[in-house]
Amino acid sequence: MAGETDAPLVPGFELFEVTADVGVVARGPTPESAFAEAARGMYAVMVELDGVRERASRVVEVSGADFEHLLERWLLELLFLTESEGMLFSRFEVSLGADGSLRGIAYGEPIDAERHALGPEVKAVTRHQLAVHPVAGGYEARVVFDI
Amino acid sequence: MAAWEDFVQQIDDYRWEIPISFKAGMRVPGRIYASRELLEMAAQEEALEQTANVAFLPGIVWRSLAMPDIHEGYGFPIGGVAAMRLDDGVVSPGGVGFDINCGTRIILTNLTEAEVRPRLRELANQLFRDIPAGIGGRGALDLTDLELDDVMRRGAAWMVDRGYGRVEDLERIESGGGISGADPARVSQRARDRGRPQLGTLGSGNHFVEVQALESVLDAATATRFGFTAPGQVVVFLHTGSRGFGHQTCQDYLDRMEAAQKRYGIVLPDRQLACAPIRSPEGEHYLAAMAAAANYAFANRQCITELVRRAFARVFGRSDHALGMDLLYDVAHNSAKIERHTYEGQPIDLCVHRKGATRAFPAGHPDVPERYRDVGQPVLVPGDMGRYSYVAVGLASSMHETWGSVCHGAGRVQSRHAALRMLRGVDVVKRLEGQGIIVRARNPRLLAEEASEAYKDVADVVDVLERAGIARKVARLRPLAVVKG
Repeated sequence: MAGETDAPLVPGFELFEVTADVGVVARGPTPESAFAEAARGMYAVMVELDGVRERASRVVEVSGADFEHLLERWLLELLFLTESEGMLFSRFEVSLGADGSLRGIAYGEPIDAERHALGPEVKAVTRHQLAVHPVAGGYEARVVFDI
Repeated sequence: MAAWEDFVQQIDDYRWEIPISFKAGMRVPGRIYASRELLEMAAQEEALEQTANVAFLPGIVWRSLAMPDIHEGYGFPIGGVAAMRLDDGVVSPGGVGFDINCGTRIILTNLTEAEVRPRLRELANQLFRDIPAGIGGRGALDLTDLELDDVMRRGAAWMVDRGYGRVEDLERIESGGGISGADPARVSQRARDRGRPQLGTLGSGNHFVEVQALESVLDAATATRFGFTAPGQVVVFLHTGSRGFGHQTCQDYLDRMEAAQKRYGIVLPDRQLACAPIRSPEGEHYLAAMAAAANYAFANRQCITELVRRAFARVFGRSDHALGMDLLYDVAHNSAKIERHTYEGQPIDLCVHRKGATRAFPAGHPDVPERYRDVGQPVLVPGDMGRYSYVAVGLASSMHETWGSVCHGAGRVQSRHAALRMLRGVDVVKRLEGQGIIVRARNPRLLAEEASEAYKDVADVVDVLERAGIARKVARLRPLAVVKG
């Protein structure tokens, strides 16, 4: 667990490159914030986040056997909304239940190819180096996307 | 990780082996087709380790193989080939990949570069407008559930019936553009929902439509049979797959296989190798769903082929027939197929996984379309958008050594990051324009990832196959215009 004396992490994410693809390391003071930042990281691959307005929201509910599984399910659910409904998101609120459930709210808007600075599609959330673990001051999530 | 020299044994200049003693649990050795230089590139990442890991899979026969474009993948390396016995072997969705039946096609024309050059920008714009691509790109077809079922069962033939392409295209597609055994009942609702709006779309990343010119003929007799005429002849090379439909299908079965694998008592060094016996409900269901996704991909490439033909017809004011726009061939490079092979002198049915590898069946093979059967199947090997691509033909030795398989492209290089950080998409466009190559991309940001620096030199890759006696080069093509998502 995060030590009492560590200053809480400021939520954030960084993208990193793997041979043909891209990954995200997301951090936050709580697991919830790390999950939210991981989602921001995934959308940062697909679009410049600043250009995505918060005009609509979607609620996502998933469950998983452990944090890694939950992270994978959460991101896949968002990806599904992007492909089936054409939605992009830029902000996320996440709450975790004691029973291994996750409830998230994603804020964003429909894809507008004219206005959004789009990047590559994320084809899949892989299990390559997939990890969620406590670090000093909070939690870190790591995930690689197939693009 | 051990230094590669400590565990890789050199057989000759282009063949390297990882002995089964490298890791306890390997059932067969690993074999990599590569020059020393290409092998060293693979050794910088986990690709060699992954080749060894594939050798753990139950029922694997002969070798865990890797083609010269090998690079790190998920579970399987990209460029990996593995054949499993049907009675005691497994099928692994990771051995096919997320983009089931991703593949390439070449469409011929009777136009010359001199004729196309003055209209090239207009042509690139037309292709860019007409072919949906990138995030949120939606196809023109509005499919009902029953129609989507038919796409899954019939593949490219369904598209031809809908007016996309010609009946004679079908005999120029691997497996006739449709794999048997597809069962829509084995495909999830989620895969349907992702795939429905995306049929007839290119995607993004390394997917492309390129207008290319024949640069040089390397085997005149075969080139003529493939429909090549003289240097300067214009062709269209396209690369795409099964879109979200295939990605979701892979995902669904990775989950199921992971659970099943434990039940079957299969222990593997990487969870992304999740698998189930071919003769199990999970294995059979995956193969039925994979076939459905493969057929979706064939239909997708067929649809885009027709969009390409219409764009050419509009720009040049002649019908696509008058422009000679015959399909040369369509190859899959992410698949698992049940095939009849000969091993140790006996016929044997195998499930051949090709992950970033294409078939290269030689002359005389019954699965080579009749029109090419006396010369061998055309092998399409795209390079990067700044250099060149190849067309090759499989040789008989490929059947003995690689289950009739070769590389699928140039392959990524890992050590590109420093170079890429220096590149901006706009600069890549400028540089290509300086080379006379027009680029239209929805997202210039993406182009740095697709610059030549991000890929191995496909000439080196194809050289290995020719020198190892697996395939023979037939023609080299160079890009004129590139359209991307």
